[in-house]
This record gives sequence, structure tokens and C-alpha cells, in this order.
Amino acid sequence: MMQCPKCHAQMNTYNRNGVQIEQCNGCRGIFLDYGELESLTRLESQWAQQAPPAPPAPQQAYPPAPPAAHAPAWGAPQHGGHYGHRRQKGFGRMLFSS
Amino acid sequence: MCEPPQVLADRPDGTVVRSGAIVAKAHAADTDREALAARIALAAAPQLAGILLPPLTAPEPAVPTARPVSLWPLGAPVDPTDPGAAPWAEAADLLARLHRTEPPFPLPPMRGPAKAARAVARMRAALRGDAITPPRDPAAEPGDVIALPRDPAVEPGDAIALPRDPAVLSVLAGWRSLPAWARGEAPAPAPGADALCHGDLHLGQLVRHPAPDGPWLLIDMDDAGVGDPAWDLGRPAAWYAAGLLAPEDWSIFLDAYRAAGGPAVPADGDPWPALDVPARALTVQTAAVALAKCATEQRDPDDHEQLMIESCARIATLPPELATGPAS
Repeated sequence: MMQCPKCHAQMNTYNRNGVQIEQCNGCRGIFLDYGELESLTRLESQWAQQAPPAPPAPQQAYPPAPPAAHAPAWGAPQHGGHYGHRRQKGFGRMLFSS
Repeated sequence: MCEPPQVLADRPDGTVVRSGAIVAKAHAADTDREALAARIALAAAPQLAGILLPPLTAPEPAVPTARPVSLWPLGAPVDPTDPGAAPWAEAADLLARLHRTEPPFPLPPMRGPAKAARAVARMRAALRGDAITPPRDPAAEPGDVIALPRDPAVEPGDAIALPRDPAVLSVLAGWRSLPAWARGEAPAPAPGADALCHGDLHLGQLVRHPAPDGPWLLIDMDDAGVGDPAWDLGRPAAWYAAGLLAPEDWSIFLDAYRAAGGPAVPADGDPWPALDVPARALTVQTAAVALAKCATEQRDPDDHEQLMIESCARIATLPPELATGPAS
């Protein structure tokens, strides 16, 4: 596992829009491998082309903005970003057992 | 006329059987019967009417039973196939009212932390290939030496079976990061830790009574007692933090709790200083139970279990200054 060059905490790998990024568990900083920034920029421009010429706010292109709600430091890094299927992912056996 | 009885749940900590409109629960054989009697009396107390499902009066058994039995009216549970119908606001309102109620008589401590300890013990036992029945006193296990095998008391199975799996190490590291009270090893710190608590909240602990359209009520008093009310919010908080519970549902839950004057979190602002320790403990508990099940059933974690394990991994690598409170 990678160590953060800034605060030396461990970094976890996450997948954002098909691009692997490393995020620090401590300072939440992000590390991009060679070519990953370009991939993200490309994704952004693709999104911008698809987007209707409507007023920009409140929808944002990239990154998926986290909700205003508070979350703990150890919360899932993609908070607010991976709830495409509203109230589907979170429903399972686990919510019904000790 | 009379349908055959139907087993609703059969676990080491309780067997639940339905017969018509009556539900009978056989509690664990090692239940503290005096404490259980107080907990069931709580559900019957008039102060808790409209919050807790009241028990039916159970006839004294002619001969003492191996497991204590309680009787309850049948309620309609949460529909597991209809996420939109999950009563998050009602659950939060019930908890807030429970937490605000003065204990009507002396009660044992809420068993949430003890249950978390039991889950970690169960994981260790399952990974060692022991019987699934958890040891009587999980806190006394020498398990904390697993990741740092410096103690000769480490069990041979631990050294071989446990450290190989990073998920297991994450759970154990997350467990070690918790203060002693959250591991069931010390009383919850005062002040504020003397509220009436359910002790084991999840969506299976809510029923409508009378079925099918009555008001929602909390069931299962086995872990209820006095303690830190934030524990009862800890499981939804853990689900939200893991990405299991949608932010909308978490907001509905938290807002309803605050609207009903629940004392576990401040009326506004960041609730996480209050929720952090219980949510971390319940994350560890959930992941430990998941890994125990995976070991027993010889399968990989499913998507939801994986999210909780990943949460544990983040907790395990949390810089100490970000963790709230002393890590014992």
C-alpha cells in the first residue's frame, strides 16, 4: 500500500470514473499516476460536451461534489458520488441484523 | 384453524417462534435472568407506551426452562424488498423519545459494547475453526496480541489463521483503536451515558402494531438498558459512513432525531464528535460478524460486507489525532 508523501498515512486506491486514484486516509490528499490527470480531464470534457447549455449550478461536472452533510474522517471517500441508484445499494440483509 | 408454529429466527442468542398472533422468544441459555426481567418490565412500563412493543403476560412455566421465554404480540416488520418504505424518520423519533424518557426503575447497562466484543470474539473463533458459540467473556481473550505477536499467550491458531487476511487485521486494528468503554471493558463515561437505550438498533427491530397499519414500535429488549444514547444512532451512522445508507436517508434519520429532541447529538452542527466512537464500534462489529459468517460459510464477503470491511480499513489507518477521544 502507498504511503502519503505529505503526511505519511496510508493511501487507499479508489476508482473514479474508471480512473484509479490513490487517496490518503489521513489528509485526504490525492495522488495521480502518470496519465491519470489527462484521463480525468478527458472525462471532464466529455461530460461538458454532453451537458445541456443550462446554468451551471447546482450540477457540477467534476468532481462529484460531496453533500453538505457532515461525515467522519474515516467515511467512504466517494461520499455523495456513488449513490446513482438511490436507496438501492444500501438495502440488504445487513440492515436487518445485528 | 390453527396454523403450525413458524420459526422466525433461530440464533444462539435467541429463537423466535410465531404461533398465530403470538410470538414467543426463547432467550439465550446464559441470559442474566434478573436483567432480562428488568428489560422486559421496561417494555411493559406505561412510560414507554407508544415507544416499545409491550410484552404479553407469560404464564410462569410449571418447570424451570433451560432458556427463559417471553411472549409478544405479532407486529408487521419492515419490508426488506421496499427500501423506500423503510421508516427512518419513525425509527429516529422512537429513539429520541426512548432516550428522553427517565428510566422508570433501575436497569442494567445497555449491552451494545458487550455485543461488539462478542462479535469480535465470534470472528476470532470462526477463523480459528472453533465452535461458533462465543466464549463467555470475550473481553478476557488474548486476541489483541494477534497483530503484534509479542505475547506467549497467543494461541497457535491465531498466529497461523488470523494475520494472513488484511480484512481481519483491519477489524482487529479498528477494535484496538476504540476506547475501553466501547469495547465493553469499562463503564461508559459520564455525563450523558445514563439514558435509556435500545442497544441493538437495526431495521429488524421495528414493527407496526397492531399489524399491518399500527404505529411503529421498537422490539427486542435483550440489549436495552442505560448507556450512551449515541450508540443507538451508531449503526445507521456506520452504514452512512460506509456508503451503504444513502445521504438522503441518513439526513431523514438525523433530522427526525433532532426534531424530536433526541439528546445523543447536539441540536445542530456536526453530530460526528458524538457519533464517532459508537459508529466506529458498530462498523467493527458489523465487519467482524460478516467475516465470521464468511469463514463459517466458506465464502467471500458480499458487496455490503465489503463496504463495512473497507470502512474498518480506513478506521485502522486513521491518524490518532483524527480519532475522537482516547484510544484507551
